[in-house]
This record gives sequence, structure tokens and C-alpha cells, in this order.
Amino acid sequence: MSILNALRSDSYVDISQYRDQHFKGNRYEQEKLLKMSCTLYVGNLSFYTTEEQVYELFSKSGDVKRIVMGLDKVKKTACGFCFVEYYTRADSEHAMRFINGTRLDDRIIRTDWDAGFKEGRQYGRGKSGGQVRDEYRQDYDPARGGYGKIIKK
Amino acid sequence: MSRRRHSDENDGGQPHKRRRTSEPIEIEDRLESLICRVGEKSTSSLESNLEGLAGVLEADLPNYKNKILRILCTVARLLPEKLTVYSTLVGLLNARNYNFGGEFVESMIRQLKETLKSNLYDEALYLVRFLSDLVNCHVIAAPSMVAMFENFISVVQEQDGPQVRCDWYVYAVLSSLPWVGKELYEKKDVEMERILNQIESYLKRRQKIHVPMLQVWTAEKPHPQEEYLDCLFAQVQKMKKDRWQERHILRPYIAFDSVLCEALQHNLPPFTPPPHSEDAVYPMPKVIFRMFDYTDAPEGPVMPGSHSVERFVIEENLHCIIKSHWRERKTCAAQLLSYPGKNKIPLNYHIVEVIFGELFQLPQPPHIDVMYTTLLIELCKLQPGSLPQVLAQATEMMYMRLDTMNTTCIDRFLNWFSHHLSNFQFRWSWDDWSDCLTQDLDKPKPKFVKEVLEKSMRLSYHQRIVDIVPANFSALIPANPIFIYKYMDESSSSLPGYPVTIAISNAIINRSSNDEILTILKDVPNPNQEDDDDEGDSFNPLKIDVFLQTLLHMAAKSFSHSFSALAKFHEVLKSLTDSDEGKLHILRVVYEAWRNHPQMISVLIDKMIRTQIVDCAAVANWIFSPDMAHDFTRFYVWEILHSTVRKMNKHVQKIQKELETAKEKLEKQHSRKKDSGDEEEDKNSDEEDGLLEEQIERLQEKVESAQSEQKNLFLVIFQRFIMMLTEHLVRCETGGVDFNTPWYKNCIERLQQIFLMHHQTIQQYMVTLENLLFTAELDHHILAVYQQFCALQM
Repeated sequence: MSILNALRSDSYVDISQYRDQHFKGNRYEQEKLLKMSCTLYVGNLSFYTTEEQVYELFSKSGDVKRIVMGLDKVKKTACGFCFVEYYTRADSEHAMRFINGTRLDDRIIRTDWDAGFKEGRQYGRGKSGGQVRDEYRQDYDPARGGYGKIIKK
Repeated sequence: MSRRRHSDENDGGQPHKRRRTSEPIEIEDRLESLICRVGEKSTSSLESNLEGLAGVLEADLPNYKNKILRILCTVARLLPEKLTVYSTLVGLLNARNYNFGGEFVESMIRQLKETLKSNLYDEALYLVRFLSDLVNCHVIAAPSMVAMFENFISVVQEQDGPQVRCDWYVYAVLSSLPWVGKELYEKKDVEMERILNQIESYLKRRQKIHVPMLQVWTAEKPHPQEEYLDCLFAQVQKMKKDRWQERHILRPYIAFDSVLCEALQHNLPPFTPPPHSEDAVYPMPKVIFRMFDYTDAPEGPVMPGSHSVERFVIEENLHCIIKSHWRERKTCAAQLLSYPGKNKIPLNYHIVEVIFGELFQLPQPPHIDVMYTTLLIELCKLQPGSLPQVLAQATEMMYMRLDTMNTTCIDRFLNWFSHHLSNFQFRWSWDDWSDCLTQDLDKPKPKFVKEVLEKSMRLSYHQRIVDIVPANFSALIPANPIFIYKYMDESSSSLPGYPVTIAISNAIINRSSNDEILTILKDVPNPNQEDDDDEGDSFNPLKIDVFLQTLLHMAAKSFSHSFSALAKFHEVLKSLTDSDEGKLHILRVVYEAWRNHPQMISVLIDKMIRTQIVDCAAVANWIFSPDMAHDFTRFYVWEILHSTVRKMNKHVQKIQKELETAKEKLEKQHSRKKDSGDEEEDKNSDEEDGLLEEQIERLQEKVESAQSEQKNLFLVIFQRFIMMLTEHLVRCETGGVDFNTPWYKNCIERLQQIFLMHHQTIQQYMVTLENLLFTAELDHHILAVYQQFCALQM
């Protein structure tokens, strides 16, 4: 019995346009991993959000296998992102459907599929050590170090 | 598009499709899209859209008949909220093309048989309802529909088969009557009267032992929580008294009556319900959740009464919308809020009632809990001026009725509420709930607030919680989640083992090996030892205390630090917890050190089970031990227990799957061997076979051992419950005291919860449970829980 395309819609689970530029492999390989991944990238966290808070929220969609908090490469302090890995794909899909776009620590967080954590990926890739987006940010965000680095200079 | 080129040959799709002319595919997709979208918001009227679509489909019948048949059968099965739109469409097609109508009916009957065979009872229900509405569209002759209903009802006369089987067939008939009752009664009133009488006598004699286990509230006021068949029958009877008037269902076919009544009707082929089989899994009975009535929606349209058929139809449709769109929260919210006929009803109240009804459904909600939280947030976004108020009203009502709310439902309520608040800066009128401050902390209301604040703290931090509640709520604020280090400083230097803690900390800092650590621990005196006549390896609780307190203290900074510590010193921990006593004690030490931080206790236990430092039975024994009696009614304890049982279940399932996969592989190899005939190949595959067979044997043993561990876990849990409850009941009886204390209610409902949350797994062990534990000698209060559980699939 076939299911209609209209009813197959599960847009929150689709992969996004983002591709990791540092990924070792071609686009096809990366997409293949994204489509079976159990790991989520979580962005727009406050610098003060703790691993415990992330655990509590993301446990609502299933058992969490591991959390890796994102760190400033220089300061080694939290810099506003993390990876959440589940034991099953189904649990991570529920997170994409129901936790993505809701609040953690009063901020709307964003989740996206990740090809899998590898050592080194826990560090921000911005020139100053944090995330790239905080290099060029123009607004004032007290939970993410205030103004972007470009303004501070 | 340019990046796609290299993936053409590689992706699992159908590359050859691209090279064919894409026209037929496009037309089929277009047909699907046209059919699915009819009835949605449009600049034209529904009638003109249906007329137009009927014309298009009629023209496409010569080339695409099968595709159109398949699409229409699928929407009949999967889009029940749009039932009357599609039945009208089929009616129009039948009027233009009698043969097509006949083929459609045949396909539907085929689908009905398939769904019944595949245990897809919900879908089968929608098919039956669709067929009955086709009577209204002059596609199916009323007498043949009545005949099908007669065959359905004859199931209640069967000797074998569980009650839930008869229930489904009765439900299928009753739940179609809001759509077709009027028409069938007009054409065949004698037969319909007989059917209703048979249903009535069945409902009078059927068992309803399961009802208390499925009720969200135990109280009858303000709204009785009725068994679903009783409620529906009452609604049908009321409709009958009202001469089958039904004012809510949108019926597009009425506008086409002049066209449709010219059409020739088809007779349904005689339909015999498939016989009962052992692998049939019928739907479980339900209790209808009601929290609102017409007095709760102060202004605007009136809410239909609990026994009005309109109430049934509205709730059915809202449930169906959620079922269709639960994955797409924005679509789901939009569809719910654009419900046809919304101007005649207090839609927000219906939506909130239906959503909470699903969230609190026993044994389990139809969908994952967090979906409902997010759906309610989306609804609040779309109706910011009205929905949040209804939600607040609902929350207030549920708070007021906590005393009689089932403990499992209270769990879900507090989980939902704390998560919801965390999306709205924890804004709430806490002062309104200051009545709970005058009550004992073990009463449901203060307990609820305490647990909500604890859960809210997990999503934020301690100071935040202190800030959001009024000062007089301080007794309900959770403890600051800090580590309690027994061997903190000089003042604890008199404690036995203190000097070793210093040595251990230094050893850890200096990256000593596991062996070196174990050597240091040999110096810890053993409080269990009388003299020095031990072999040196017997259980020494102080060793565990000294090592683990020190280690956890050093790793207290975060979960990651603690996990890392457990991993690094896994060998030491394994050797210290070799015995059952060791496993129990390590749990005690973790609790002692982290008793202010239940979340940490929970994740540490999870890690220790997964790394086999403790086993599931040890956790169960620890929870039921006298040490934990004071925390026995706290939510975090049950989170831990249920998580433990779930891990055990997933472990068994995993190994069973591995075994199945290996068996399938062996079968494939055997069939390949039969086909090959190549001697060289055969010899190689013989070797492979041998290896596989060995692997299968090993996996078989693993499965048996895992199942044995699982059975043992449930036995431990049930035994402990029985002991605790029996003790309490006996004590109260001899003391002449009422046994129904808050503790008792909590405990007996936790026992219920074990059955409800793990009912599928427990089914396998029914015989053992009945023979060993739930025997006739048991106190009838405890036995009743078991009997209610059995009644769920009887």
C-alpha cells in the first residue's frame, strides 16, 4: 500500500543546505552520512548554557548517548554550540521535529544534522577562537560575549 | 542542479527514470496533488472545486484509472478528517461512470480485508466509515451496508476470541452512525433497531474491569471519565432520540443531491469478518478524556454536551488531524485551527481538551510526549490572543484536581508544564497556588509544585528558580545541586578511611594505574571484618566509599568530567562491585554524594548500567531498599527505574535482532548454495555456514540469558511492590487506620505504571507472574491491579 507524497512530508527532518567545509570526503559522502546520522549540531546557545541543561532538554526526544560542548579554541570556554548524539536515528529525528526551534535558556536554539563528531570539531573556527558567526555579528548579545569581534576591534 | 551530476549513478533512487519521458510521472504526481489538496483553502467554493476535479478525473480515467483508484483508496484510509469531501468526489465519479464506482467499492473491500489481516484496525475503521458515507452519496445501497453491519455484530456471538475483538466490530458500527445513521434508519429501521438492541445487550454484559486502570481522574465529578464504548453508545442513543439529526458534519454531497440521486448504486459484496487468529492484536480499550463543558467557555459558541454526537465527531476529526500531521508541527497547528465549522464551536477548548486527552492517554500517548508540548507552543504562536488563556485555564483546572489524578498522568502533566514554562521565561501566577503551602509536603498539590520547580531547575539553574517564585514558596524550592563530599577537610579526618582519600586523590592526579589504585585501597579498613582473618577480597563497603567519593568529587564539575572518570577507572570500579552487595553499595555512595542533584544520580546510574558496573536488578533493589524509602515518592526515582527497565528491554530487542539477522543470512546462503552447484563455491560456503551456525548458537544463548535477566528484573520489581504494599495494608488494618494515604495512592499507581509502561514486554511473562506472584492469596487491592492489566487485552 503506497503512501502519498503529501503525507510523507517530514520537512523538519530534511538535511539543510549547510555543508561542513572541513569534512574529509566529497559532498556525496557527507550527505550520505547526514542522512543516517544520529548526531545533531546545536547552535545559538548562550555561553552560559550548561551540559546539564542540554541533557535535560534533549532527553525529551530519547536517550542521549553523548554531548560535546563547543569550546573557544583559545580560551577553552563554552562558545555557544554543542553536539548531541543519540543511540538511534529515530530519537534524533524527534529532536529535529520537536526541539529544534524551541527555547533553551530563553533562547531559540537551532539543530541541524551533523556527519559525526571528530576530535577537533568541538572548537570554534572563528579567527578569535569562537564561532565564525560571532566574528562578524553586528548586534549586541550579552549571552554571547556582547558585540561581535568585528565591532570590538 | 550542477552538483547533482556525480550522484546520478550512485544514489539509491531510480536513475533510469530520468531518461524516460517524464510526462506520465508528472501527470500522476499532478493527480495526486489535485486529489490531496481538494478541500483546502481556495478562492473557489468547495462545490465548484469538487465539480471541477470530478471532471478532470473522469477525463483521465481511460489512461490513469488504476492510479486514480489507488490514490482515492489511500486518502479514504489515511485522511479520515476529509472523509465527506472524498466520499462526495467518489459519488460524483460514480454518477458519471458506474463501472468506476463498482471498481472503487471492490478496491475498498480488498483494502479492508488487508488492513484487518495486518492489525491496522484504525485504518480499517476509517475504511468502514468511508463506505458508510458512500451510502449518503448514492454509491452503495443502504440495505447492503446494513447487511455488513449485521455481519459485524454477529461477531459478539462468537465463542472464541477476546472481548477486544468484539469491541472493535461494535465500535466500527457505532462510530459510522453519526455519518449514516439517518439514512440507514430511513431505509431499514427494523434491521437497524435489531442491531442497536444487540449492541446494547452486548455492552451490558461485557467486562469493564480495565476501566479504573485507564482513567485519568478517579473522581466522577465534575466530568465522569467514561469507557469509550459506553460513551459512544450514549451519544448514538441521544442522536436516535433526536431523530438522527446531526448538525456538525460538513456534507458537500447535499449540494449535489440532484446529480447523485440519479446515479445507480452498487451492492457491497457479503463481507465475513476474518476469523480470530493468535497474532491478531486488537486495539486496547480507552476511557474518554473530558475536562471541559459548556460552563468553561464563557463567551462565544456553546460547547456540545458530552453525550452529543457532535462532540464525538469533533473529537474524532481533531484526533485524525493530529494523526495525519504530527510530524509537521506548523501544518498540524494550522490544520487544527482551520477546522471546518470552527465558528460554531469553542474550537480552542476542543483542541486543548483533545491534546491533553492524548498526552494523558493510558497506557501510552499515541505520539511522543514532547510533540504535544511543541504543538501547543505553535498553537499559542498562531492564536496569541486566545489560546494561552485557555491553556492557563486548563492548567489551573488540572492543578485543582490533582488529588484524584492518576500518578502517571501527574508525571506527564509536570513534565509538560515545566517544559512549557521554560519557553515562556517561567512566567506563571505562582501566588494563585499559595494554598498548597499550608498542606503537608507529601500531599499532591505541594508535591506537584515541588516537582515542577525541580524539573524547571534542570532546564535553567538554581538561582533562576529562587527568583521566579514568591518568597513564601521557599520550602518547595529544590536543593542547590552541589556535591556533598564526606571527606571534605580536616574536620572529617577522624573518619575511617580519610587518610586513604588523600592517597587516592594524589594517585589520580599523578595518573596512577588501576592496579596501583587497587593496591592503595588495600589499606582501607573493612568495617565488616571482625578480625584480620579475611582473604583480603571480601566485600568492603568502605573501599567503595573512599574511592568513589574521592573520584566523583574530583570529577564533580560536569557530566562529561564524571563520565570520563567512570571510564578511566572502569577496571577499579568493576573489581570493587564484583558482588551483588558491591553493586548495591556503589549506588548508595553515588546517592550519598549527589543527593542534592537527582539529575546527576540519574545519568551516573545510566552510565554504570551501560558499562556494566551495576546491573538492572541492583538498581531495582536499591530503589526499593529501606535507604531510599524517604525518596520513594519522588519523581526522579521513577525516572531512573523506568529508564532502567527500558534499557533492559532495548538490550533484549537488540540481541534478538542480531539473532534474526544471522538466521536470515544463513537462509540466504543455503538458498544460494542450492542454486550454485559449483563445488569450489560450495566448499567455501560450507565453512561460512559453519561459522554462521556457531554464531547463531552463541546468539541464541545470549538471547536466552538476556531474557532470563529481563524476567528476573520484572520479578524483583513486582515482588518488592507486593511486599511493600502488603506490609502497609496489614499495618493499617491492625492499627484500624485508613490505608488510602497519599503514600499508598502513589505506590499502587506506580505499580500500575510498571504494567502500563511496559505492557508489551510483560505480556511474555504472564504465566510466571500469575503462578509465582499474583496468586489468589494476594490482598485483593493489589490483585485488582493485575486483573485490570490482564483485562486490557482480553
